[in-house]
Amino acid sequence: MSVQKREVLPVKNSNDVVLARQKVRQLAVELRFSLVDQTKLVTAASELARNALDHGKGGSMTVEVIVNGARSGLKMVFEDQGPGIANIEDALKDGFTTGNGMGLGLGGSKRLVNDFSIETEVGKGTRITAVRWK
Amino acid sequence: MNDLAEIISQNEDRLRTEWIRTMSSSVERADLISKAEMNEQCGSILKEIVEGVKTSGPENLSGAGWNGTRELLSSISASRARQGFSPTDVATFVLSLKQPLFVLIRDKMGKSPDQLFETVWSSTRLLDSLALITTEAYTATREELIMRQQQELLELSTPVVKLWDGILALPIIGTLDSARTQVVMESLLQAVVATNSRYAIIDITGVPTVDTLVAQHLLKTITAARLMGAECIISGVRPQIAQTIVHLGINLEDVITKAKLSDAFGLALQRSGRAVVKTAAAAAANPLSGLFGKREE
Ligand SMILES: Nc1ncnc2c1ncn2[C@@H]1O[C@H](COP(=O)(O)OP(=O)(O)OP(=O)(O)O)[C@@H](O)[C@H]1O
Ligand SMILES: [Mg+2]
Repeated sequence: MSVQKREVLPVKNSNDVVLARQKVRQLAVELRFSLVDQTKLVTAASELARNALDHGKGGSMTVEVIVNGARSGLKMVFEDQGPGIANIEDALKDGFTTGNGMGLGLGGSKRLVNDFSIETEVGKGTRITAVRWK
Repeated sequence: MNDLAEIISQNEDRLRTEWIRTMSSSVERADLISKAEMNEQCGSILKEIVEGVKTSGPENLSGAGWNGTRELLSSISASRARQGFSPTDVATFVLSLKQPLFVLIRDKMGKSPDQLFETVWSSTRLLDSLALITTEAYTATREELIMRQQQELLELSTPVVKLWDGILALPIIGTLDSARTQVVMESLLQAVVATNSRYAIIDITGVPTVDTLVAQHLLKTITAARLMGAECIISGVRPQIAQTIVHLGINLEDVITKAKLSDAFGLALQRSGRAVVKTAAAAAANPLSGLFGKREE
């Protein structure tokens, strides 16, 4: 698997979330993802970036254009040094929220992409990786 | 450092005239301000500077003696920021006092180089600090202006339009963040009350991303409108947005959604007991319409 392109963007305020979405849209268009897939990627990026901001006290997004044999895809990594997620299973449940959101963002983004993984440690931070293949 | 105060107060008229002359040659938009006003402003600044130097000394600009100068300069810079002066112009306003002042200091202390140097040095530092005050006030005013314009833009960008008696439409264009939602909600609720409307169509064709936050904001707006007695219809739900909403697990079952604004309008008309019918007169007025058949359906 090779990385064709990598960009790192800060996620420190709500304007950064808008910029993160725009970057993902731009790369998804470049990769010629279908309109539906573009929308899925952008929406997942929006959810995960906002989680990193709201729950993780801000962090960063790394986007990569990756190629695996004949397949190409977009990989997004959201990292923060926030409080971490105590119970991943709960956090992924629809309707579970520790804030005042709908509690759908995390589980929803998992359904919007092909590969999804959460690495987290309480008190240290969270890294969420999401990939959608073409 | 009362020498400086003395030099200024003893030569106030001359200093002011020279100052204004230097300034008018270097400030680009000197025409934006009248001569009389300029004369008055410069006169009061010189008086305040004398007061400051006497009371708190030329070094300690945070001292109480400088309150008058600081306030005066800030208010002058603020009004210039509004008038359209550039930041350079505003700083130059104070800095052009340097040359005429230095000339006066030389006239008075030319024979004693040490004293001359010291007085020039402390007045140059003083005027630099005063210039900084003007720049800060200028920036603060510009920021205020920008904030206000953003606020106005926010309101401009969420117009509520009356489509028919009792039917409103609210086309949303751009990101629906929390600040925006507040404005959208307020203008919608106000319009519902003012026009006594029963139906409100929120068109999201222009919203690029509908995520859980946007959905939550929409649902809040709909609930609030319902409390005011208006039913909301969401239109402009594009196919890709519909799919994404389903994957996110957002429940819009209690909300009426339509693909197009025209569909939503049709539904609102129907629910309010109205129907759109084609009259013979219209068909006659447009004889070509028959050639193309019923394109809409
Ligand atoms: N980066 C993170 N750091 C710490 N906790 C997190 C992080 N991301 C998610 N969580 C936890 O998981 C919960 C569920 O997240 P999810 O995105 O599904 O819902 P939400 O953000 O609360 O609401 P919304 O539906 O608006 O996204 C959050 O309430 C939070 O407790
Ligand atoms: Mg979330």
